[in-house]
Amino acid sequence: MAGKVTFCQDRCKGCELCVSVCPKGIIVIDQEVTNRKGYHPAAVKEMDKCIACASCAKICPDSIITVERL
Amino acid sequence: MAIVYQKSKGLTDKELHYCPGCTHGIVHKLVAETLEELGIIGTTIGVAPVGCSVFAYDYFSCDMHGAAHGRAPAVATGIKRVSPPGTTVFTYQGDGDLAAIGTAEIVQAAMRGEKITVIFINNAIYGMTGGQMAPTTLIGQKTTTSPLGRTKEHAGMPIKMCELLSTLDGCVYAERVCVTDIPNLNKAKKAIRKAFELQQQNAGLTFVEVLAACPTNWGKPPIKAVEWLKENMIPYYPLGVYKDSAEVK
Ligand SMILES: Cc1ncc(C[n+]2csc(CCOP(=O)(O)OP(=O)(O)O)c2C)c(N)n1
Ligand code: SF4
Ligand code: SF4
Ligand code: SF4
Repeated sequence: MAGKVTFCQDRCKGCELCVSVCPKGIIVIDQEVTNRKGYHPAAVKEMDKCIACASCAKICPDSIITVERL
Repeated sequence: MAIVYQKSKGLTDKELHYCPGCTHGIVHKLVAETLEELGIIGTTIGVAPVGCSVFAYDYFSCDMHGAAHGRAPAVATGIKRVSPPGTTVFTYQGDGDLAAIGTAEIVQAAMRGEKITVIFINNAIYGMTGGQMAPTTLIGQKTTTSPLGRTKEHAGMPIKMCELLSTLDGCVYAERVCVTDIPNLNKAKKAIRKAFELQQQNAGLTFVEVLAACPTNWGKPPIKAVEWLKENMIPYYPLGVYKDSAEVK
């Protein structure tokens, strides 16, 4: 089952909780981007591996992740 | 394409002011999702505490009310008793708020069996004021007011609110949960939902204690804070149901 994950990166605080619960290990903290809050935001690098489990979105304290099933 | 998860309608669009990885944000959304799923956003009134979650009234999309430090259960009592039948009332309180300055209010509200739901955030510290020792601070835990670690001789043993409240007849449901990982988060959500459902049946006071991380005042990055919680808080504050004297109909 393929999924698509969208982050509202401007609001990300780089806490890495989403990284810690992704069963596929595909979420990274993008060190090359700094958002307007001053944090390096989370991003998915290999979206084709996402299984739309929504674990990342459920744990994100700032509720900035939307998950879709393709 | 089907949406599997998106931000709950029970939350406003306001950005949360909490520190990175703070558990308050996770619990806010579990409450918000529950209100949305039960279809009661429009008929619910929440009471915000004093503490880091003092601005909770900006974050929930139901009606909200502020309360003086620790007095949320008393304010919630008043609101519940004068509101139309079917109004859902909850308080959202930290451990400094509920287990220190507000101990009398929560104990008396539980004794009276007020038909309210209490969401209790136990992060073992005073967050907002800069990390002072709370009644819930663990033995050995260093805080700004216990720089060498809390001792039993000086401050006694940490207070266990689920255990304490479950001795009161008017408290019909008490469960301790955590949100450190997805299985535990799912359990926490179930507990919160059950607490609200029992309130809808006028069962009595329902209480959910969530073990929470305060990465900032614990001086740990969020992931390390979660590990510290699992290793240190859960052994002293065991998870589980402490009281369940009313059946969900
Ligand atoms: C009457 C009164 N006494 C003391 C304070 C100072 N004060 C503000 S928040 C707080 C403790 C908050 O700790 P907690 O309830 O654990 O919430 P957290 O910030 O950790 O979420 C205190 C003592 C106050 N605002 N009002
Ligand atoms: S939906 Fe699941 S698999 Fe996809 S990025 Fe989030 S946690 Fe990983
Ligand atoms: S959990 Fe949310 S705020 Fe934290 S890093 Fe992931 S997307 Fe950003
Ligand atoms: S000080 Fe602690 S409780 Fe307060 S917002 Fe920061 S992490 Fe959360």
